[in-house]
Amino acid sequence: MWRSKGEKGPGVPGPSSHGLSTLVFCTVLLMTIVGVSVASLLPATHPAHIGTFTVSVLGKYLTYAILAVAVDLVWGYLGILSLGHAAFFALGGYVMGMYLMRQIGSRGVYGNPDLPDFMVFLDWETLPWYWLGFDSFAFTALMILLVPGLLAFLFGWFAFRSRVEGVYLSIITQALTYALMLAFFRNELGFGGNNGLTDFRDLLGYDLRSDNVRLALFIASGVTLLLVYLLCRHILSSRLGRVALAVRDAEHRVRFLGYRVERVKLALFTLSAIIAGLAGALYVPQVGIINPGEFSPLNSIEVVVWVAIGGRGTLYGAVVGAIGVNYAKTWFTTAYPDAWLFALGALFVLVTLALPRGIVGLLRRARR
Amino acid sequence: MCRDRVVPARSPLLLVALITALIPFSSANGAAVVAGDPWLDDLFTEFVEGRGTAPVDALQALANSEREDKRALLEGILDGTLMLHKESTQIVRVEKQDRRYDMFNIVDGTALGEDRSRAFKRLKLDNRLRATLRSLIASLGLRSTDTGERRVAIEALLDKPDTVDAPTLDALIEAESSPELATLLLRVKALQQLGSINPSTRLQAVTILQADLSPDTRRALSRLADADDAPEVREAAQQASAEQARKITLYGYAETLFFGLSLGSILVLAAIGLAISFGVMGVINMAHGELIMLGAYCSWGMQQLLPDSLALALILSLPVAFLFTGAIGIAIERSVIRFLYGRPLETLLATFGISLILQQLVRTVISPQNVPVSNPEFMSGVVQIDGVLELTLNRLWVLGFCLAVFAMLLILLRHTRFGLEVRSVSQNRDMARAMGIRSSRIDSLTFGLGAGVAGLAGVALSQLTNVGPNLGQAYIVDSFMVVVFGGVGNLWGTLVGGMTLGVVNKLLEPWAGAILAKIVVLVFLIMFIQKRPRGLFPQRGRAAEGH
Repeated sequence: MWRSKGEKGPGVPGPSSHGLSTLVFCTVLLMTIVGVSVASLLPATHPAHIGTFTVSVLGKYLTYAILAVAVDLVWGYLGILSLGHAAFFALGGYVMGMYLMRQIGSRGVYGNPDLPDFMVFLDWETLPWYWLGFDSFAFTALMILLVPGLLAFLFGWFAFRSRVEGVYLSIITQALTYALMLAFFRNELGFGGNNGLTDFRDLLGYDLRSDNVRLALFIASGVTLLLVYLLCRHILSSRLGRVALAVRDAEHRVRFLGYRVERVKLALFTLSAIIAGLAGALYVPQVGIINPGEFSPLNSIEVVVWVAIGGRGTLYGAVVGAIGVNYAKTWFTTAYPDAWLFALGALFVLVTLALPRGIVGLLRRARR
Repeated sequence: MCRDRVVPARSPLLLVALITALIPFSSANGAAVVAGDPWLDDLFTEFVEGRGTAPVDALQALANSEREDKRALLEGILDGTLMLHKESTQIVRVEKQDRRYDMFNIVDGTALGEDRSRAFKRLKLDNRLRATLRSLIASLGLRSTDTGERRVAIEALLDKPDTVDAPTLDALIEAESSPELATLLLRVKALQQLGSINPSTRLQAVTILQADLSPDTRRALSRLADADDAPEVREAAQQASAEQARKITLYGYAETLFFGLSLGSILVLAAIGLAISFGVMGVINMAHGELIMLGAYCSWGMQQLLPDSLALALILSLPVAFLFTGAIGIAIERSVIRFLYGRPLETLLATFGISLILQQLVRTVISPQNVPVSNPEFMSGVVQIDGVLELTLNRLWVLGFCLAVFAMLLILLRHTRFGLEVRSVSQNRDMARAMGIRSSRIDSLTFGLGAGVAGLAGVALSQLTNVGPNLGQAYIVDSFMVVVFGGVGNLWGTLVGGMTLGVVNKLLEPWAGAILAKIVVLVFLIMFIQKRPRGLFPQRGRAAEGH
């Protein structure tokens, strides 16, 4: 009974000696950002030139990586397997989408300056109250952090206080994202129903389709990933991070020692949700659409697999996993569209059976 | 046949030409149209050519005749399948094929070839003739020897009670052998009597009609309740209306309850296999939904093998699905889950991977589209109660099947050696092993049992919903909710939990809509788990403390 319920894998790294890995990670990431930027600015005829499409795909991968870091923060360091993190990601995306919808103004298909196209289509008379304020980017930016954060806070407040843990917590996070998906599919909710939000044009007055804005979004994603990584690393090496690790490995003992376990969980869970929302907000302008499909439970579970494959409890493993799996997905879905789900399913099984520490663990073992 | 008469016109040319010219107007029986036999020729001539009341009389004569095909003929006239072939002036029965019609003799049904649709003329019908035809057909139905035909005719009468006169009705009531149909006829009579000038007759009619909940009767009674001249009739009608309204509401509740229980039975079937593997073994099987899906495909497969006997196919698909999905379950347990005991989150991920593989396998091997599974005869149709409450048979069967599966599982786990071993392993694995129980074998079998029950659920679901590769996904979240709501490791909890969720869902639907009701239930469950993390019926004692 003293052992927490099987959360602890043997040899999950503690907080020690992360200076080197952080340095390596940051250097590689910075070099990637600079390299891609330079390559995309080269003339199109140059052999090292990278097209705007590729830049956007890479930017998308980076936002996935941010999401994976958010999941790793709670799963790898706190032992909470969230099967609903895509919900926070999608919420951040929807908030950003609302701002982008308002930026369209009267250039929509119906040319209505006050209402987005889908509201005109559904015969709405006025803008619902919860759409007010999204003309302002500052307000939107605040909401990007606030909406997912608040939901996670409320959810965690109830869940952790009544000590819902382990698989139960996993399943109700899944129910949460499932319920949100059903809700967002409804036209009455006022977020475009099935079609979601799309046809974006401007961001802060710049044309979203221009090459420079695409590149800027890529750089913003990269820099955000860097900052998020440093923030998480900082928190994890602080006192809070050490308690979090202790909670992961022996929750009851930590509680008996007098720590308020639920507060630690709540703080990190909320932070993780905010990071996920941030990733979603960067994701939407780069792919140009957000719809309720983003809430689907499968998405959340895929994120967990990225982290598992990369190696959980390392942060950089999550980044490696997110980018690696998504690169594989892009490749598979063009080369063998039917085989992707086979490959993904096999990855799930293989990683849990053969690679409990992920790619990072494999590399580490090879080095020894 | 006209043509036949033209053929001999060869030798004494002039004479024959004269005769043939006269034939259509002066044939032996004097008929202008030909039908099949002389009597019908006359009758249809009368119908087509006659003026004034002649066509009506012709129809009456047909109805009063002793011919066995009179009803078919009347119906043919009414629905326009009897037509006049202009060239041969023959009344024929036509089968319409696009622009060309096949024609048949109306008496013996011999084929007479085909012709352009333009070559035919409809028999002229006005509203008076149509009404006559309908009432004649109805009264023929009333006198039919077949109970089913009589019932149809009587039910038509209930809609239009005035189409039959009182003496005929009395004679019919007198002659009716089936008590049920006699009641219906009495209602017809009562409906007629509502218009009687005698208040006591009307009063009597009201008391008879109170038991009839059909919309027409209710409308007639409420009209009477508002505007009858006699106060006592008014009062009786008001009471009867109120009583009827009460019954209707009651049946409304009963219907909601039925749909709720039906949904609940689906949830229980989907969840109960999960309750075994999750509850008894502490293993999260995310591939459970896909096992259900495979069970449904077994039902489809058996129907493909035995397309002629759907009922047999369905019954056979139960053991087939149980064994098939059970075997897959055991294979999953042996190859993957065995290595992950004590690591529930990893089990969850691995089984999720398996679910993706199974789904994609079905898409690749069979088809990404839904496959058709039909209801055998004993599963289709409705049970009607009082003409208001309709219970669909397939839902009733599934409800019964769910209870049967539940009872069998309960007996299996409570009263067999295997059940005893399963319970002992789930309560204290080490102690059970010390007593000589091979726990790993029990694990496999338990998981196989859960998977097999998922297959059974799939067969049941194939009778209610579309069967496709995504079938399982729709149920996985729901069935987890049921297990968690009912309390892990407790079959009764699963039953009560599933039924409750089903009924609550259906209760919410009228004012919230289907999707919102589902969301409300999910939110409620999320809050419920916060309050009682161990469900409605938590396990108590040492067994609850740890796995």
